Amino acid sequence: MPPPAKKRGRLFIWHKHMELSFYLIQALNGVQYGFLLFLVASGLTLVFGVMGIINLAHGSFYMIGAYLAYWLSAMTGNLFIAVLLGLPLSIAVGFAVERFCISFLYARDHLEQVLLTYGLILIFNEGQRILWGNDVYGVAIPNWLSGSITLTDTQSYPVYRLFISFACIAVAVGLYFLIHKTRLGMTIRAGASNREMAQALGIDINNLFAAVFALGAGLAAFSGMIAAPVEAVYPGIGENILVVSLVIVVIGGIGSIRGAFAGAMMIGLADAFGKTLAPDYASFIVYGVMAAVLVWRPQGIFGGSPQ
Amino acid sequence: MTGTAKLRMAILLAVIAGLALVPFVVGEFYLLLMTKIAALAILAISLDLLLGYSGMISFGHAAFLGVGAYAGAMLAPEYEAANMLITLPLSIAAATLVAFLIGVLAIRTSGIYFIMVTLAFAQMAFYVAHDTPFFGGSDGRLIFSKPQVRLGDMVLADLSGNEIYYYTTLGFLIVSYLCLTMIVRSPFGQIIQGIKSNEQRMRALGFPTDKYRLASFVIAGAFAGLAGYLLAYQAEYVSPAMLGWQQSGLLLMMVILGGSGTLWGPAVGAFLLIAVEEFLADLTGHWMGLMGLFIVLIVIFLPHGLAGLAARIYRPTEAEVDDD
Repeated sequence: MPPPAKKRGRLFIWHKHMELSFYLIQALNGVQYGFLLFLVASGLTLVFGVMGIINLAHGSFYMIGAYLAYWLSAMTGNLFIAVLLGLPLSIAVGFAVERFCISFLYARDHLEQVLLTYGLILIFNEGQRILWGNDVYGVAIPNWLSGSITLTDTQSYPVYRLFISFACIAVAVGLYFLIHKTRLGMTIRAGASNREMAQALGIDINNLFAAVFALGAGLAAFSGMIAAPVEAVYPGIGENILVVSLVIVVIGGIGSIRGAFAGAMMIGLADAFGKTLAPDYASFIVYGVMAAVLVWRPQGIFGGSPQ
Repeated sequence: MTGTAKLRMAILLAVIAGLALVPFVVGEFYLLLMTKIAALAILAISLDLLLGYSGMISFGHAAFLGVGAYAGAMLAPEYEAANMLITLPLSIAAATLVAFLIGVLAIRTSGIYFIMVTLAFAQMAFYVAHDTPFFGGSDGRLIFSKPQVRLGDMVLADLSGNEIYYYTTLGFLIVSYLCLTMIVRSPFGQIIQGIKSNEQRMRALGFPTDKYRLASFVIAGAFAGLAGYLLAYQAEYVSPAMLGWQQSGLLLMMVILGGSGTLWGPAVGAFLLIAVEEFLADLTGHWMGLMGLFIVLIVIFLPHGLAGLAARIYRPTEAEVDDD
């Protein structure tokens, strides 16, 4: 056995190994982004499923979360304290928006809903410009999460990204228990399947709607907060996530939490692999996936009849 | 001609006469603004064909504006005036083609999905303009001179003056208004209105409703392309912001502010919304937020727009019946 052949063989294995870890890292990135998108999109789809409201200002709550994470963690020096303070604040904003704006819309058509929530985006963006200006901010990763896990000699994976995935899983499990195992969840399910019947049974639909809307706002804001250290905090961040969330909801079928999960994972993985394999076309891949689903199942993967 | 038809015709002629006098009354700034408003009015009435007559809520109408505008800008030679007889039909054709491609996918959905899908595809068009160096990226592109109407080497009309460009845009607005009025009154228009009120009934009657909805979407896209071309040469500049979702939202707001399903309402809405925008922009640098507040208040308190308000004052009982 001549030595060159052996060397070639080893070289080949090493390459294959690197390829594998490369794909693993992209898959992990995609899954992590997918989990994050799932949290945002599930809020959007929950609000639609229960209240019949399409909320374009959903991305604004993500934006509010991201800026609060920056602002409060700069003041307190700790991202977790920022989340603990910022989350109730964003939920309160969501509650106020429902009471003072969204509550006018329940008997109105979708056009008026999108226009009013479009107006809200303009208001929130102006608030962001007034409070924080047009600068781009970064948020520091907490020390104990700032390390990396070594995968090979040359490749490693940041701990914080794993933390995002686990945090999203925890929230998703919590959401599942809230909806399926608690009294509030029972009324949410009742309201989603038959609003009049739920009302006739004595459920206060106004309080329920306010709670669901605030919950949706909280999900979006929480996503914005924990994503802030890996993405920069910049003007327009809310609109970017809104459009991706709309695509996910179209793919999964609106009102379906399962659909939001499937859509979010598809988009997360497509985005992660698209960015590395075809960087020139990365921003279009998301829409390509949506176009393909529209051809295949216009009502979305888990959607009912196209309405 | 019935009494109301005569009255409508008289009002229309009076408005056209008033608009024709604008260059004699206002200064250059307001003349440019009126030109912009006339082009935006074409967009608003073309969107009304979708919103008010076909029942299709498109949150991506700015995409076709953008295609028309970018096509006009890209076709313009750098150091001489473009020939409108060639570049305008090509720009409209480009917008029509893109409207067809997006429409084929979007009409597979309706209602809330249609809103989301049109918004998403328009955003894709935005990223194409924003991210590709070919289209000029985030800086956009400059146009160096206004178009001419040329036959061979013979210049029939040079549109480089602000006044003549205003009259050209106004002419296109009047032609678009008349075309769209004829379209909504034609058998085709009756069918799309039938689809709006009950699609299943129209399908049961044997109409291929998808084809009619697509045709309506493409017609609206073509007029949007025309308006985009006119806007591009008015500003002598195109930028990705022209196709952004905010632009689409403002177009929807023009239609709602004026009152959808009337054609004249959205044209008035375009005028009013730009007037409000100018007023707020003069007032404060934070006018976008005030614009948002204005939109929220209009949607809450005046959902049927000015046309709805006029109908309620003019015929209170009927308006109440319509309100249901």
